[in-house]
Amino acid sequence: MKRGLAIAFAMAIGLLMAVPLAAHHTASTLYTEKIVTVKGVVKSWLWSNPHCLLMFEVTGDDGKVVLWRAETQAPNTAYTEGYRANSFKPGDEVTVTMRAAVSGGPFGLLAQVVLADGTKFGNLDGAARGRGRGAETP
Amino acid sequence: MRSSAFVSLPGAALIFAVTVFAQNGSTPTWPEPVPNRQAIAAKDKKPAPRRSLVGMWGSMPGNRQATNQSSGVQLKPNNGRPENQLPYTPYGLELYKSHKPLEGVDAVPPASTNDPRVRCEPLGLPRHNHYDLGIQIFQDEYKVAMLYQYDNQWRIIWTDGRPLPKLVDGGGVEINGQYREPRWFGYSVGRWVDDYTLDVETVGTMPEQRVWLDNTGRPISDQLRIRETFRRPDYDTLEWSETIEDPKVYTRSWQTMKLPMMLQDPRTDLMTRYCSPSEVDAYNKAYGDAVSGK
Repeated sequence: MKRGLAIAFAMAIGLLMAVPLAAHHTASTLYTEKIVTVKGVVKSWLWSNPHCLLMFEVTGDDGKVVLWRAETQAPNTAYTEGYRANSFKPGDEVTVTMRAAVSGGPFGLLAQVVLADGTKFGNLDGAARGRGRGAETP
Repeated sequence: MRSSAFVSLPGAALIFAVTVFAQNGSTPTWPEPVPNRQAIAAKDKKPAPRRSLVGMWGSMPGNRQATNQSSGVQLKPNNGRPENQLPYTPYGLELYKSHKPLEGVDAVPPASTNDPRVRCEPLGLPRHNHYDLGIQIFQDEYKVAMLYQYDNQWRIIWTDGRPLPKLVDGGGVEINGQYREPRWFGYSVGRWVDDYTLDVETVGTMPEQRVWLDNTGRPISDQLRIRETFRRPDYDTLEWSETIEDPKVYTRSWQTMKLPMMLQDPRTDLMTRYCSPSEVDAYNKAYGDAVSGK
């Protein structure tokens, strides 16, 4: 297994369409269809509008620490996916699954976050469907 | 800064102080802050009360995105499909092309947008009808008051028989022979066409430099007329439709939405969505600019 808190794996999932991030901006201009899972340690959790932000540090195979940043919905929507204002605190070990950024940088659109004790937040199925796919309104 | 015409949600609550003072001791705890009522079985449906829209209204189960309308108005999502092309005038198309939205087929990254919403400008009407809907409605014999969950805004529809103001060329309205300025929510009057259907017309909204129709940058102008119908077919259901007419921007009128809304638990301590300039700034500094490659 990779050393420390290493990047775990990445896999591509074909999404059906480019979709919005439920309100503030569309996901299609910022994120690819690739789903990435990374292990890291929480640096901060910002519970605010327009989107909640999780910042966490990931230590690579070379020992280099990279700050990752991932966003989810505004609090009133994130709440429905189990997130709360106090879901994460600095130092928490997390496994983060997200849509990778178009830029290729350490950014992502949160699909699911799992704490070391197994507590889960988010919705993996929602990510696979592209989160907000329903915005293709009926 | 916000216009003084905007009064906070607590201000609106004072208008209905008589309701606030009513007490009910049947809530032993705080219910969920996000409306999530399940569908009502047909056998449990009750008749609608006569001439009343009062209640907290949210999306139908599993249909939250229809009330979010983030990819454009409900009946015409901005997805590039031919059936969703709009009848722009040349000026309307020019306006649309000048907008840099965060949603829709012409979306740009957060760092490049000129959406007034991102600066926390009020959405105005009808964009408030097209974004993250959740509505609390109060009414008395003179008016219907709608409290929008997004940014804690509120709006009055007069139902006391007063006439619709005359729309003035160049924006604003004429009331009793005097000019009145454009407003974010315009000037709305409503008329009950039967005991369960309220027709509402609105004019005098803000000019095209200040407001958009939806998140995808569709334009509207100060010559906009909004026609809404609120129909309550049963106790738990509200059908809310909207048609707009704007000869500066569109060559004909068109329907933007026909939303089914569901009555929610009146005890919900709503978790509202709001726009805070400092929070938007913090988001952009921590994330939006960087992920946009800025």
